[in-house]
Amino acid sequence: MTAEASFERRALHHPSFAIGSALVLLLLATAAISLAWTPWPPSELDIPHKLALPSAAHVFGTDSLGRDVASLIMAGARNSILVGVIAVAIGLVAGTAIGAIAAASKGWVEEVAMRISDFTFAFPAILSAIMLTALLGPGIVNSIVAIGIFNIPVFARVTRASANAVWTREFILAARVAGKNRAQITIEHVLPNILPVIIVQATIQFATAILAEAALSYLGLGTQPPQASWGRMLNEAQNLMFQAPRLAIYPGIAIALSVLGLNLVGDGLRDLLDPRLARRR
Amino acid sequence: MTLLEVDDLSVVLSTARGPAKAVRKVSFALARGETLGVVGESGSGKSMTVLAMLGLLPEGARAAGQARFEGRDLLSLDEAELCRVRGDRIGVVFQEPMTALNPLHSVGRQVAETLMLHRGMSAGASRREAIRLLDRVGIPQAARRVDAYPHQFSGGQRQRVTIAIALACGPDLLIADEPTTALDVTIQRQILDLIAGLVEEDKMALILISHDLGVIAENVGRTLVMYGGALVEEGSTSEVFARPSHPYTQGLFRARPRLGAGRGTRLSTIKGAVPELADIPPGCPFAGRCPLSIPACDAALPASVPISASHAARCIRLDVALGSA
Repeated sequence: MTAEASFERRALHHPSFAIGSALVLLLLATAAISLAWTPWPPSELDIPHKLALPSAAHVFGTDSLGRDVASLIMAGARNSILVGVIAVAIGLVAGTAIGAIAAASKGWVEEVAMRISDFTFAFPAILSAIMLTALLGPGIVNSIVAIGIFNIPVFARVTRASANAVWTREFILAARVAGKNRAQITIEHVLPNILPVIIVQATIQFATAILAEAALSYLGLGTQPPQASWGRMLNEAQNLMFQAPRLAIYPGIAIALSVLGLNLVGDGLRDLLDPRLARRR
Repeated sequence: MTLLEVDDLSVVLSTARGPAKAVRKVSFALARGETLGVVGESGSGKSMTVLAMLGLLPEGARAAGQARFEGRDLLSLDEAELCRVRGDRIGVVFQEPMTALNPLHSVGRQVAETLMLHRGMSAGASRREAIRLLDRVGIPQAARRVDAYPHQFSGGQRQRVTIAIALACGPDLLIADEPTTALDVTIQRQILDLIAGLVEEDKMALILISHDLGVIAENVGRTLVMYGGALVEEGSTSEVFARPSHPYTQGLFRARPRLGAGRGTRLSTIKGAVPELADIPPGCPFAGRCPLSIPACDAALPASVPISASHAARCIRLDVALGSA
């Protein structure tokens, strides 16, 4: 029995991981399909058929400008993933590097790195993102950068805390005794041992990034028309809350399911990647 | 020829209760091929002495003095130079074989890494050498097990692997810090025999740290006894064991269980407990627990008093101590 086979078997028997991955796969599949096909072009206006109820032609109906809601949701999934992946990548690369360097160098380097990250952490992420997009101007690129920057301290702190724990392990002392320098030890011994923690954190930050993008777009600071975004759909639905509440419900459900799915996957991975929990299962 | 010369080595730890002297002016010398045992209880400064020499003290600890290895003072080397000494000229075996190996790398890779690092060997050559080394330390079917992971080995076998790593570059000095403490008694014997055999074959010098007097007696030529960070007695192993002179060493020997002692005989103990490092008196560290202590004992760390050409103890009341022994 290979390690992979047992991991898959355990994954399937882990209910929250199984449900979470199904939701995440749905999100990914929706986004992938939208690249090639949507029922209608997502930005095509059709004013005469505005606010149509769900029908065979428009499964989720149309919005105030006659656009097909199902197509907008599909294109919005693509947008959410784009923002999530890039923002998490920015935070992961920079944050892990900062955290690992802080743990490896100790002393004042660690202090400075961590106090700076505490400082950025002290502001609610969404507030900081609003500030940054207000400063740099609204738009998808700026909102990705803003969300990414505020992912950096999250990863820096998680990395430093786990790396510090690994640095106290005896095999690190053994590696130092074998003549390895701090950089070699960080790359060969510390990072592989904290990889599970970082993967879990990345999944959860992905969910947070999707939420943050929706919030920014809702406020008009994120994705700009004509690009589809779940947050903007919510914003546009707001004025028609009493005439057509379904316009708010569809993107709301899409956001909720995506975030739920990613969080379940993160929780599941935390269990599955922990060898101690794995043995007990 | 002298391989290692430690001169007035001191280590000060910063603790919540102020600076604590973990190692106090320890001096000793080690010739090539010589075997040296360091005995003492937990917190006596045995491991700190070694870590200070290797530049691996924990954060907040400072070392003073000198430790000349092959003529170079290890304490004044920078990190990059130390990295070239560690693992190459000095190999170290630690107490805990269960945690001294990275669980994510195969044992062969962990042995080979040292060779690639210090010898610049290719991956293939270092792998072949790793198999040879694993075979040498008695891992059965080394060629097949080279790609196995640490969790697939028993404690004793893992300790053999860490010994293979320590020996990889053919060091001049092997430091074994309580190498058998975490192992079963039956395995202890095998590991100690293995270390003794390898040291003999390769003409390495050995520093064996232990709190087990039996281990020291059987494996090393010369013995240092440490208490409270200070070297209280040193001499050839046979002399120290035949004529323990410092009151602490005497207490230590009296506290050993003996075969043949009648049932119900209570083990003799040393009164009191080891003081916390920050509380160690400025004079003789043992003064607070010593049956022979007089006020003068607290004045200063006693000088080393020779007992014979190869035996000395730091005690100002040696005359009384030796008389009563």
